[in-house]
Amino acid sequence: MIRFRLLPASLSRGICGTFPPMSLRPDQVRRIATLARIELKADEEQGVAERLNRVLGLIDQIQKQDTAGIEPMAHPLDGHVPVAQRLRPDQVTEQDSRAEFQKIAPAVEGGLYLVPKVIE
Amino acid sequence: MLNQTVSELSAALSAQKISSVELTKLFIARAKSLNPRLNAFITLDEDRALADARVADERRGKGEGGPLTGVPIAHKDIYCTRGMLTTCGSRMLANFVSPYDAHVIERFGAAGAVLLGKTNMDEFAMGSSNETSHFGPVKNPWDAARVPGGSSGGSAAAVAARMSPAATGTDTGGSIRQPAALTGVSGLKPTYGVVSRFGMIAFASSLDQGGPLGKSAEDLALLMNVMAGFDPRDSTSLERPKEDYTRSLKMDLKGLRIGLPREFFADGLDADVRARVLEAVKWYEGQGAKTVEVALPAAALAVPVYYVIAPAEASSNLSRFDGVRYGHRAKEYADLADMYRKTRAEGFGAEVKRRILVGTYVLSHGYYDAYYLQAQKVRRLIARDFAAAFEQCDLIAGPTAPSTAFALGEKTEDPVQMYLNDIFTIPAPLAGLPGLSIPCGFDAQGLPVGLQIMGNYFSEARMLGAAHRYQQATDWHLRVPKETPL
Repeated sequence: MIRFRLLPASLSRGICGTFPPMSLRPDQVRRIATLARIELKADEEQGVAERLNRVLGLIDQIQKQDTAGIEPMAHPLDGHVPVAQRLRPDQVTEQDSRAEFQKIAPAVEGGLYLVPKVIE
Repeated sequence: MLNQTVSELSAALSAQKISSVELTKLFIARAKSLNPRLNAFITLDEDRALADARVADERRGKGEGGPLTGVPIAHKDIYCTRGMLTTCGSRMLANFVSPYDAHVIERFGAAGAVLLGKTNMDEFAMGSSNETSHFGPVKNPWDAARVPGGSSGGSAAAVAARMSPAATGTDTGGSIRQPAALTGVSGLKPTYGVVSRFGMIAFASSLDQGGPLGKSAEDLALLMNVMAGFDPRDSTSLERPKEDYTRSLKMDLKGLRIGLPREFFADGLDADVRARVLEAVKWYEGQGAKTVEVALPAAALAVPVYYVIAPAEASSNLSRFDGVRYGHRAKEYADLADMYRKTRAEGFGAEVKRRILVGTYVLSHGYYDAYYLQAQKVRRLIARDFAAAFEQCDLIAGPTAPSTAFALGEKTEDPVQMYLNDIFTIPAPLAGLPGLSIPCGFDAQGLPVGLQIMGNYFSEARMLGAAHRYQQATDWHLRVPKETPL
């Protein structure tokens, strides 16, 4: 069904062994959704897990690559331009736009953003 | 007028053959009449556009302004636009009226361009077909039963259907180049850091880059002259001397070394796409360019690497959408955590949620090294392959997408089939490199084929020059889609 015709044949066979896990169980998917603060309804779990597992099947291909001694690349121009974060002078550059920003907020009162009670 | 390039329209405005108000009315009328069929625009603001046009006419009347003064431009709805709806194609931001302008919007404003409207897109730029938009799919002007590509599908369709002379887009894994290819227009993804991302809603921050879509490579150069440049408000914006992106349009192709990556012509590439791309390469050889076979072996893993890194960064970036300061908030909830969960469940569509979940998983304890770190290591191998290739050649050419436009609904059931559509556009942004797509003919069904040209860091002017020379000898880029005749 899923064919990687543009990938080398050796990468199309899938991963053997115990790691990484071949598929996520619904309870694992629930836990990930909790971490991501996204509600999953019970009747959605199966479908979401199925599609997530297809994606994991794809990304598991990277385990095959030998990367011994290779430094991770976090910035795409690493090695071509200095990629250190630029610092700016510690000066106030923004003006107060609170009223404008709060106009588009779901709930405000007295200049504050309202959320459900956190501390009893 | 509708089929003229930005440079031609600019000349007509200079010569007072037409006013910006007249030109703007022409494009608004066209956009309004076609939008119900194509759904390319989320917002068309006639009053704002005409106000911009009047200011532009005044500036031109006083002998002020530049090439883009008075030229209508459409912007992808990912760029924050002050006082205007900025939805990013999502229910989460369906009510978001931005309190500020993105850097790109400011630059076009300062150049005197007319803001025609905001274009439809895949939700949060996550998609390759424009079918994930909360506002419904965009239709391909060449065949309304097919997708325009994505995520900048609205911008590409608007340019293809001559609803706007040019447009802006953003590209993370191909979101400018792939829709440009599928709709028969030109599009450029610049080197990472060349266009400021201030006010451009973030998807994957180590990849995202804004760029132009237009009919011709020359138009892309004119738009780049406005869009590119240092902006201290974006910490990844590069401090470089100002460039004139039109400077190499007359370049000599004699002796130009064009690399052909063998991985880009492997099994799985549509036969018509291969034929059109190789015909274009042959044209370059006829002009004295030399072709050389190059290898990008690690690029075979570009798609899986991308689908670790991009979702990981997206899961972090999209954590800001919590229903507190702006955007959607669920109506009913038990407590704060429940408000977050319900707000995000309602506000995000299926593909966005899927990527957030994948990203959360690959960054979670116990999996970080195996996925995220490993992906970043393979990313370096991909960048090294490009560096080795550019020792042997000046530009790399190949197909932009493995096929022409596919049918609406054809790939929505299986995310992986959709992801594989970006196999040729994903490698360049992983290495931070620029890439462009220009039309190079049609397949047997009359659908446009895109030629991709990639270059080394900061070689946009040369890439645009090579593309422009081809467009002087061909007219693929001036063909009008049959479903939207002038």
